[in-house]
Amino acid sequence: MSLFVNITLDGITQGMIFASLALALVLIFRATRIVNFAQGAMAMMTTFIASTLLDKGLGYWWTFVVALAIGFVLGALVERVLIRPLEGKPELNPVIVTIGLVIVLEGIAGAVYGNSSRGFPAAYSQSGLVVGHTKIAFSHFDVFILVAVLLLMAANLVLFRVTTLGLRMRAAAFAREVSRLLGVRVGILLTLGWALAGVAGALAGLLTAPTSSFGPYFMDLVLIYAFTAAVIGGLESPVGALVGGLITGLCISYVGGYLGSGLEPLGALVLLMVTLTARPQGLFSRPSARVV
Amino acid sequence: MNEIRDSRQVVARRWAGMVAAGSMVGALGIGIVAPAASAQAPGVTSTSITLGATVPLTGPAAPGYDEIAPAMDAVFAWANAHGGIYGRKINYVYLDDGYNPANTATLTRKLVLQDNVFADVGSLGTPTQAAVQGFLNSQKVPQLFVESGCNCWSDPKYPESFGWQPPYTVEGKILGSYIASHFAGQKVGYLYQDDEFGQDFVKGLNMELPAGAVVSQQTYDAATLSGPLSNQVAALKAAGAQIVAMATIPAATALTMLPAASIGYFPQYVMSNVGDDAPTVGPLLEAFTRAGHGSASEVKAAAGLLNGVISDAYFPPEAQIANPWVKVATKLLKDYAPSLYAKAGLDENTEYGVALAFTVVQALQAAGKNLTRAGLISAIEQSGKNFVTPGFVPLSYSTGDHYGFQGAEVVKLTTSAAPAVTPTGNWIGAIPITRVQVTNVGSAPVTTYTGKIELPPSSLVSTS
Amino acid sequence: MTETAPANVARAELGSTSGESPPPQHYWARFARQPLARHLAVALFGAVVLYFVTSALSPYNNVLVGEIALYVVALAGLSVLTGTSGQISLGQGAFMAVGAYTVALLMNHTQMSFILELLAAIGAAAALGLLIGISATRLKGPYLAGVTLLLALALPPIADKWSSTFGGDQGLTTTVPSAPGNINPEQWLAWIELAGALITLVLLANLLTSRFGRSFRAVRDDEVAASLAGVHVARTKVTAFVVSAACAGLAGAFLGLSTGVVSTGEFPLTLSIELLAAMVLAGAGSLIGMWWGAILLVYVPQWSTSLSGDFNLGAGMSAYLATIIFGVVLIVVMIAAPTGIQGGLRWAWEHVGKASKDWLAARVAGPGRARAHSAQLPSNRGDHQSAPVHDSLNQ
Repeated sequence: MSLFVNITLDGITQGMIFASLALALVLIFRATRIVNFAQGAMAMMTTFIASTLLDKGLGYWWTFVVALAIGFVLGALVERVLIRPLEGKPELNPVIVTIGLVIVLEGIAGAVYGNSSRGFPAAYSQSGLVVGHTKIAFSHFDVFILVAVLLLMAANLVLFRVTTLGLRMRAAAFAREVSRLLGVRVGILLTLGWALAGVAGALAGLLTAPTSSFGPYFMDLVLIYAFTAAVIGGLESPVGALVGGLITGLCISYVGGYLGSGLEPLGALVLLMVTLTARPQGLFSRPSARVV
Repeated sequence: MNEIRDSRQVVARRWAGMVAAGSMVGALGIGIVAPAASAQAPGVTSTSITLGATVPLTGPAAPGYDEIAPAMDAVFAWANAHGGIYGRKINYVYLDDGYNPANTATLTRKLVLQDNVFADVGSLGTPTQAAVQGFLNSQKVPQLFVESGCNCWSDPKYPESFGWQPPYTVEGKILGSYIASHFAGQKVGYLYQDDEFGQDFVKGLNMELPAGAVVSQQTYDAATLSGPLSNQVAALKAAGAQIVAMATIPAATALTMLPAASIGYFPQYVMSNVGDDAPTVGPLLEAFTRAGHGSASEVKAAAGLLNGVISDAYFPPEAQIANPWVKVATKLLKDYAPSLYAKAGLDENTEYGVALAFTVVQALQAAGKNLTRAGLISAIEQSGKNFVTPGFVPLSYSTGDHYGFQGAEVVKLTTSAAPAVTPTGNWIGAIPITRVQVTNVGSAPVTTYTGKIELPPSSLVSTS
Repeated sequence: MTETAPANVARAELGSTSGESPPPQHYWARFARQPLARHLAVALFGAVVLYFVTSALSPYNNVLVGEIALYVVALAGLSVLTGTSGQISLGQGAFMAVGAYTVALLMNHTQMSFILELLAAIGAAAALGLLIGISATRLKGPYLAGVTLLLALALPPIADKWSSTFGGDQGLTTTVPSAPGNINPEQWLAWIELAGALITLVLLANLLTSRFGRSFRAVRDDEVAASLAGVHVARTKVTAFVVSAACAGLAGAFLGLSTGVVSTGEFPLTLSIELLAAMVLAGAGSLIGMWWGAILLVYVPQWSTSLSGDFNLGAGMSAYLATIIFGVVLIVVMIAAPTGIQGGLRWAWEHVGKASKDWLAARVAGPGRARAHSAQLPSNRGDHQSAPVHDSLNQ
């Protein structure tokens, strides 16, 4: 029984991290209809910079805030410099550009930080909480992960549903030309969308690093599973990112725990195909009308 | 949507196609001129010997392992500075295969067919080197001292291939025998990498442990390793394993001990030397200690995680800074590879590289002034046992045995030993808890080594 | 080549078999108009050139030529799937793995002839392509990308799981059939792979000029319109998948032969991603342009060795430098030249060609005739700058 509980809790924690990165992918897809394959590598970069800051003696929470800020800037930069020129070009090109960006970022990280083994601290203790008489596989840090990602989701919800800025962003994403006609500064808002996605990605990086083999490639698998989560939830839906993330995390945990390690990607593939067979646009997407 | 292909497009296509073909020819034509044949063996001139290798310098397999080749280079630089091998300087060409066997195949063919290396020495990896074993042997190019513990390097079908480090099965037997004699009656769990490394190690364990002792066997896949092995750890705890025998790479070691500590599970770890290097695993675990940002109890917990871990060592652990071999290796690295030393210091990988390179130098010397590939092979088979290396046991080479070291001592990582001092910090040291044990890949029992343990020759100590 | 553009358009809309001008009088010209004959002629010419090239090259360079050929096969299939048929696939490596393991298993356990083994590899990969294609018919762009990405990640570890069958770490060895006479083995393998590449290109070129090619493009451009026009959308998409998977299967088999061993480490996720990137870089939708992509894939790893010498960097640093440069090139080319290398060449040819023709006509005929001449050129020249990448690069 406790094995099941531990596996489930582990799946939830992993799933929340996937949800955070999936939210970044959703924000970008909604704004610019691009899948940003570089989101993981960008998060890796911000985490490496954070690690350097920690080495230089900056306190953890200050580093946390700075890392999120760098994620914001990096997201905006990438959109402005690399993605904006591709407006109107074939839809395959931004995919390749983001792939190129992954290669460049991982190369830079490898060259600058080397292949040395390094760790990254967690925000809180990773010692399991004690429930009853046993320590469960859920630590203070895992609680922090849960809370941080939920806060992120809530902030996202508030921004888009309640504020005028969010309304403008939704308009810019949904109907670009009409928004322009109505005076909405579409360009800036698209950049803002990427910047916010950068923050979500940076958060995912900071939450993943303490429990991973921290190196230039540590976000690769997280990105793939986050992409799976985003697709399952529907690439346009932030709620979908959260639900998709949890489902993916749990699926991987159960498959790895009960069927054996190495089969997790296969489990995720089956999950993805089952979901898409039932709902080809993901769980929470609005079905698009057939244009005849 | 205009489907008409007017003549311009047709011509443009064909022109572009010919340019493609022409450029391709041009690009490759650079390599048309083959190097002039020399009367001496390939890769050997009167002033140089060219050795080649393929190792992972980039990619997920690179961390740590990318230090070995530069460390070897440092030893070669020292040898070159002291007259070389009968006046020939060693030129070590190591290429990055990213741990992908397809790349290894291409690069090895480059080394052999284009760069005409004398031998392939110190290449890394089981799948990567298995991919080129056939090619190297068919070309009669020595495949020396493969950095892998697979049993496959000592195979009569492949006389050019030699191993060096103890086969994983030998490690498994030595550690298994230790568990059987010192932890009799306790429940044992396995956690191993689901490939040749882990499976061979477990084979060795199973030869020494009584059948009923193993209560759980957990595996992990190296390619999809991304987070803590919490499920495996939870299963081991649920099965009640008091001893966990591990065949893990350093990253996986950390990703096992972290979730175990977090659920309050502290078994006796007995692990292969592949995954026990404190300077490598330590930083990964240190993160655990910084949780709560520096509370004293958490910091103590860090050293506590590795404290008591049992492993094996076949050359002196780097923390034993008084050991003459450790001193020699440290000085060599400082003098001939200062940037490598500044980055990594003397850790398990750099010490491994130094020890392997000593073997290479002696092998080349034993082959004599008239250096040929066949001569090198027979020199290793005849005199390999007499090479002076940091290893505790002599190399086992003979006409029928190309394994290398087949013995090790059991060590314990402990805070009561002097720490390993590296540029990245001080990490827990290790002390031997048994005498050196020897066995083989087959059914020979594990026995204590009664031979001499070599010290570095005085020439090495004084001139390095 | 003297008819005007509007007449051609009318003929295409009426659905004449190849949409081209009425058969010219001369027999050789009519022969040259048949797509199959044309493709065969080009392939034959290429074969002759390559024969002389491979005979002149050193054994190691023949190894590289062979590798280029096998990547051409994989890239061509991907070009058909993603470029012409518009279905993004990040899983080409998975199909290559299927082809490679099929060939290796058959070589190790049966006595089948070499050609049959290759055909079996193609068939096995095509079967998987059929499966994936059928489940993917309703999936659009990024959703399909997600499925193929996971496929590329999930499939190779299966071989690790059942390591007794699939050889585990050491993999399964492959054997190239022995070379006739005293041709050296590297050249022989290069010939085998080049033959495979040329045959594949001819078959794919014919496919694309046939009604299948038109269906692919129709489905890519607008599924609903295609369906209204009578194209069976699902069947078309699945066909494209099967064709692309078959190509990958052959390429995988060749990769297994080239390496000498088939093991999972040869099919990491990066393989599928690099194939997609190289394909788009070379020119999505093109076939002959795939030689550029293959050359890139084979030569990028070679750069690092020469870089390390030039800049006196440590070997590790220069290896990373090579990948950084590759990534930067990818980004820059995608932004500056979205139609890829082949598209760029085509653009250059047409503009240089047109400019020089104008100049020549002005010299020869005087100002009036020159103006009339340039008025005859079709106005869709402008499409090449902003048209979707797949449009301008039909084979």
